[in-house]
Amino acid sequence: MAIDWVHFTPWSSLAGGLMLGLASAMFILMNGRILGISGILGGLLRIQPGEVAWRLTFLLGMVAAPLVLSLVLPAGFIEAPRIEASYGAIAIAGLLVGFGTRYGSGCTSGHGVCGLSRLSLRSLVSTLTFMAFGFLVVYVLRHVQ
Amino acid sequence: MQHRISEFFVGLLFGVGLILSGMTDPSKVLGFLDLVGPWDPSLALVMGGASVVGVFAFALAKKRDMTFLGGPLHFPTASKVDRPLLIGAVLFGAGWGLAGFCPGPALVSMAAGHTKAAVFVGFMVGGMALFEYIDRRSNSPRNS
Repeated sequence: MAIDWVHFTPWSSLAGGLMLGLASAMFILMNGRILGISGILGGLLRIQPGEVAWRLTFLLGMVAAPLVLSLVLPAGFIEAPRIEASYGAIAIAGLLVGFGTRYGSGCTSGHGVCGLSRLSLRSLVSTLTFMAFGFLVVYVLRHVQ
Repeated sequence: MQHRISEFFVGLLFGVGLILSGMTDPSKVLGFLDLVGPWDPSLALVMGGASVVGVFAFALAKKRDMTFLGGPLHFPTASKVDRPLLIGAVLFGAGWGLAGFCPGPALVSMAAGHTKAAVFVGFMVGGMALFEYIDRRSNSPRNS
């Protein structure tokens, strides 16, 4: 294994990670909720009284982030993302991620950050499993011909 | 109203964190998931940084019986490692490796105006709707 020093961004990734942790901390301590995106979004597909407004307000704040950052930071500070996957792969991946996160009760935020933080065995197993399959799929796609 | 302000601000902080950390760039995510090629360990720092803060927060939350805003604390109740947890994680991991998007970054990237992210979100919500349909038919109580 060789480290990709060109793309390695230790400080911005650590700073971003601390912000994700702080947001998760505030969400449980102030709002009493687990900050898990798939659960928050997926919960909107089963309308229950008292379960809509908090989800929408949170998601609205989250999707405002690119606009707010573009107002605060100089242009070009954030590198434009590169999305290599074809539209076909994007569609299949979207279905897998949508169905899988709901069937498995969480994603990178709910299981990966909050679950690990609260020392949940289920979340540890989930995180190890989805990471293993992420590694596996990338290995097959990039290195198996 | 306090709750709404807090939710919005937390959402914004989370979205900004996703962008700064590099999670909204699928090529960076795939650079982390590719252990054989030149490996970009950035995302390990994202997870590590987030979890260090999270561990203290959840230790504190577990000791309390209400939030700082005076509301109830909603903790997940499921504790068994079961088949849906495992199969769900396998499918999610495969999709994550295929495109480099997980749910939060895809939503933020869509909001930033990237067409492929919007297509991803459309199919992701479709996958979630499919789960709702199957879950309702099988009628087994589950946690959201």
